[in-house]
Amino acid sequence: MDAFTTLHALAAPLERSNVDTDAILPKQFMKSIRRSGFGPNLFDAWRYLDTGHPGQDPAQRQPNPAFLLNQAPYRDAQILLARENFGCGSSREHAVWALKDFGFRAVIAPSFADIFHGNCLKNGLLPVTLDAATVDALFQAAGAGVRLRIDLAAQTVAPDGGVPIPFRIDAAAKERLLSGLDEIELTLQRAARIREYEALHRHNEPWLFAQ
Amino acid sequence: MLVGGFARSEDHWLMQAQTLFEKLWQAHVVDEDDEGNCLLYVDRHLVYEVTSPQAFEGLREAGRQPWRPETVIATPDHNVPTRERAQGITDPLSRAQIEQLGRNCADYGITHFGLGDRRQGVIHVIGPEQGATLPGMTVVAGDSHTSTHGAFAALAFGVGTSEVEHVLATQCLWARRMRSMLVRVEGALPAGVGAKDLILAIIGRIGTAGANGCAIEFGGSTIRSLSMESRMTLCNMAIEAGARVGLVAVDDVTIDYLAGRPLAPSGDLWERAVTHWRTLRSDEGAPFDRVVDIDASSLLPMVTWGTSPEMVAPIDGRVPDPAQEANPVRRAAIAHALDYMGLTAGTPMTEIAPDKVFIGSCTNARIEDLRAAAAVLRGRRIASSIRQALVVPGSGLVKAQAEAEGLDRVFVEAGFEWREPGCSMCLGMNEDRLAPGERCASTSNRNFEGRQGAGGRTHLVSPVMAAAAAVAGHFTDWSANMASVGLTEGAR
Repeated sequence: MDAFTTLHALAAPLERSNVDTDAILPKQFMKSIRRSGFGPNLFDAWRYLDTGHPGQDPAQRQPNPAFLLNQAPYRDAQILLARENFGCGSSREHAVWALKDFGFRAVIAPSFADIFHGNCLKNGLLPVTLDAATVDALFQAAGAGVRLRIDLAAQTVAPDGGVPIPFRIDAAAKERLLSGLDEIELTLQRAARIREYEALHRHNEPWLFAQ
Repeated sequence: MLVGGFARSEDHWLMQAQTLFEKLWQAHVVDEDDEGNCLLYVDRHLVYEVTSPQAFEGLREAGRQPWRPETVIATPDHNVPTRERAQGITDPLSRAQIEQLGRNCADYGITHFGLGDRRQGVIHVIGPEQGATLPGMTVVAGDSHTSTHGAFAALAFGVGTSEVEHVLATQCLWARRMRSMLVRVEGALPAGVGAKDLILAIIGRIGTAGANGCAIEFGGSTIRSLSMESRMTLCNMAIEAGARVGLVAVDDVTIDYLAGRPLAPSGDLWERAVTHWRTLRSDEGAPFDRVVDIDASSLLPMVTWGTSPEMVAPIDGRVPDPAQEANPVRRAAIAHALDYMGLTAGTPMTEIAPDKVFIGSCTNARIEDLRAAAAVLRGRRIASSIRQALVVPGSGLVKAQAEAEGLDRVFVEAGFEWREPGCSMCLGMNEDRLAPGERCASTSNRNFEGRQGAGGRTHLVSPVMAAAAAVAGHFTDWSANMASVGLTEGAR
């Protein structure tokens, strides 16, 4: 996993609540068996005027000029500012892969859907939850082109020239993001514990081991 | 009884009334860190073609083996053709993805119900059908509708692909305790009102993020009266209220459903299991973080009008007016949804006319759903304005059962197409999808923009409403006819 330490970047303010993962990456692009290459189809239905399908040449598409990420300077944004319940719906991790592949490294919102939030943490895409009023203020700053500085170790977000705003994050998740460590390897260090549990579980509910 | 050392707060556990969620959680905690992150053991892992290839690739690259491959069951569902299967899959990307699933399962010794197998179907239909989902289990899948399996008092939730890989490699995943919400439903469901209407009404009440961070337990006398199929419909859409987990306590309905299923225990193990399963209910006075009360007797058939499942109205309602909404973000969302849906504020729900009808999905493609729709359609024809009406059974076994009951003939004679099992037009990954601007009465679970096809407009409804709308050509309250079609009890 890519480590995340600090980021100083432009934030794109996406003015919509309940953005679902079908919107973030439409299903027709989930036929890929790889983790990369989803960036050109991020927000496909909003981003292009023509209908997207796998295998298109991005240069031949018709960008929707009204969509935020087709507008300078936001096409180069690395932080996505969002509204309530961002990432709801389908569990597809492809949505996170698409955001990362586009170039986003962090998403800031008042709230996230649970599965999406977990998927972000597994991929080095930092989800930052801030209260609605603070997010409102950041929307204004981002609308004016002000860059944000995110410091994960310090757990702060600061608009250029502004006061750092603290955010909360689970300590274990933070540690993994900072180090970029492989979570499976960390869990396998507890293999003996898992086997111990398994023996007890088999004793308590043997029908779960009868297959 | 659990032995100490694993249940950290053992004394607390023995003394306090516990919720069903807490019992299931406690029984699966392998380890816990200082932050309250729990390493949970996974008993059942359901795998399909779309969210697993990258997980198997990760396993392969790291040179790891699945921890307990016998706990994994795989089938292709999201991206499979629903007709002319004998000709193979024409879309090369879809074919590659489905073939890759077969290869991965063969490489790692995983049970795989391939396209030619009559047990193939939507994972959330085949798990219960096979008895692969049992009370007290933890069940995960790389699909958010894994909440379905909570109808069996299993702790079941959707995960991303990284977690699919993690579970394959370690039989565990890291998770934080959820808050608990009790949705207590009392009263008899009126004729023509079923589990789908009930869950849409609940989502309309608490909102699409109303249960974020929560496990919802559905309780109350109404729930006890529901079949397993209806309970699965409820738990299936818990995620549409933001809850990763939906739960229903074990009772005779649960036990009766499981008896004799291929993967359910038998003999002495069955007796022991049943004794344990009967403890899988919330204790009297168990504390919930939030309780929502629903009066089932006051419900009407529900139809969504917008692009989020919370945008829903009863059949006697009207499309809302954004000008009446005080919250500016929500006002904009309503206006945007009406624009996308091609609807005018104030339009009666009964004047909305679908172009297509889809009966299927992990929400409503079980035998009970097909029976309910067929009861409406028997001896009737779909309206001439309906361009296409599809029935996609949830599994090969559901299809066979329906055919044995003659339901396929009812659908075909009414003008429906009778298809092979899969997710189909619920998400439109295969060729079953809406064209831009097309309006669909759908028994699926999500009305998001483009969900059933780019530019498509989805109205979420029950199987009864889908069938009734197909006949009438517009949404309609069918309840007056319910007695005549033998569906006097809405839920069954």
